[in-house]
Amino acid sequence: MSTAVRSSILHLSVLCLLATLFFILPEYHSGNIARILIMAVYAMGYNLLFGYTGLLSLGHALFFASGMYGLGLSIDHLGLSAAPAMLVGLFSALAISTIIGFLALRTSGVAFMIVTLMFAQAGYLTILLAGKYTRGDEGFVIKQSDRIIAGIDLSQADNRYFAALILFAIVFIFIGILVNTRFGKTLVAIRENSERARMLGYDIQRHKLIAIIISGSLSGVAGAAYALLFGYAGATFSTVQYSIYPLLWVLLGGAGTTIGPLIGTVFMTYLIDISSEYTSAYMLIAGLVLILLTLFAPQGLAGVLRKKFLPWLP
Amino acid sequence: MSLLSTKGLSKNYAGLQAVNSVDFDLPEGQIRALIGPNGAGKTTFVGMLSGRIESSQGQVYFDGTDITGMPAHRRMGLGMAYTFQITSIFSKLSVHENVALAARRVIGGNNSQVRLRIKEVLNKVHLVDRADQIAGDLSYGHQRLLEIGMGLAQSPRLFILDEPTQGLAENEIDDFILLIQALSAETTVLLIEHNMDVVMRTANYITVLNFGETLAEGTPNEIRANQEVQAAYLGKN
Ligand SMILES: Nc1ncnc2c1ncn2[C@@H]1O[C@H](COP(=O)(O)OP(=O)(O)O)[C@@H](O)[C@H]1O
Ligand SMILES: [Mg+2]
Repeated sequence: MSTAVRSSILHLSVLCLLATLFFILPEYHSGNIARILIMAVYAMGYNLLFGYTGLLSLGHALFFASGMYGLGLSIDHLGLSAAPAMLVGLFSALAISTIIGFLALRTSGVAFMIVTLMFAQAGYLTILLAGKYTRGDEGFVIKQSDRIIAGIDLSQADNRYFAALILFAIVFIFIGILVNTRFGKTLVAIRENSERARMLGYDIQRHKLIAIIISGSLSGVAGAAYALLFGYAGATFSTVQYSIYPLLWVLLGGAGTTIGPLIGTVFMTYLIDISSEYTSAYMLIAGLVLILLTLFAPQGLAGVLRKKFLPWLP
Repeated sequence: MSLLSTKGLSKNYAGLQAVNSVDFDLPEGQIRALIGPNGAGKTTFVGMLSGRIESSQGQVYFDGTDITGMPAHRRMGLGMAYTFQITSIFSKLSVHENVALAARRVIGGNNSQVRLRIKEVLNKVHLVDRADQIAGDLSYGHQRLLEIGMGLAQSPRLFILDEPTQGLAENEIDDFILLIQALSAETTVLLIEHNMDVVMRTANYITVLNFGETLAEGTPNEIRANQEVQAAYLGKN
């Protein structure tokens, strides 16, 4: 069986499994998984830049929030309906990631991390300062009547689950294809040895910029979808914490693998969920697991799978 | 017609004049060796040709156009290929993918043509049997050959090699000489080389660099006979 066939089967099986889960799991978990799927979209966007291109951003919350507020504000203040508001969310994130990419790519390494962090902080402060429109920390609720696309009410648990799954599937397949294209393979080359890639004639800056734009736009789509499916937009989603999350999910699940972001997001969400039932120090447990994983499985869970059992894992 | 030339090309590293006003002219189709003692400025000089190192003064012309300010990747796009003095490959990727990355940039998305080129190249550098190995697991000599293969995969007009035979075994060096000789029909070669046997057997013409300046230029026989070169370089070897 060729690698491409295997990987298609893997991707489709994951999607089938997720579709089946809805009918098996109790309602609480299906709500949880809808949330996880949206966050996994965010993580997949992040992974394209971090896992495949090798650029560590600490400011992706800005892109997530751009999508979230692009959608939220255009519904709230411009009276757009959900579908066009989704597009506004997407294009806000696209525009912002283009600008940030253009500026941040003048730096590299630690400076790149700091610059992206700073821009995201500036974004957070802007949301607070524009409190008149964004209602700052408190955020705002998106009314049920505004959360309807093509007559489908996305506030309903089943609709919401399958909307999340469809978005996840689109991005999951998109990434699966993208990393196998010439462009995707060049990103990996840049991650592995950018000087060699440059001296093979690849335009490194251009590739990195495009990677940031795609990564930021996917993050923005996740932010917009989150606001739409869960009916809320708030400044919390633009804090540092939300820039760190996708990094942790991707590290846990396996950077530079297509399945890693999902695994990491599921794992971490349930880790926190379950441990918080037993102790209020649940972040301590999450931290501990992270440390153990970085010590014993630095390639993340999917990375271990790839190394031990499935060398063809995309 | 010269494929590559420089006028007064210089590099100053914070006070250290690594390359000093070099006028250089490389006709199309030639195999040129660039020799000189360690620290003579050879790597710096070819770095300025390929765009890897920014020049301090002077001009570089490729195929008649001034490319002095052109970024490295665009120079490669014009038909240059470059192998590093210190082996530089994608050590976590397969041998096949290493060559594929080189071939794809030139050929584009035509997969069957890319595969064909890869096979051709791996044959030439005797790495066909190792195509699926991880490049970093290869022996040092094989890694060097792989990097040369990555250059060949680009079918360059000008192939710049910085001490390619360093660390190769005797028989690998013989193969390398054959490879370069066979290449002369389609490619202009600029070869930095310490092994005088390789130089004498491949080069049509030699440039000797010493303290960042051109000390002598001539055919292998002329260079062999040159007293100054003997004193500066050959004598020490
Ligand atoms: N990046 C650098 N910074 C400062 N000095 C350098 C740098 N690279 C090379 N040099 C110096 O420039 C001179 C020429 O070096 P190089 O071009 O590597 O010589 P070669 O390749 O002929 O051995 C040497 O004295 C070396 O120490
Ligand atoms: Mg050198």
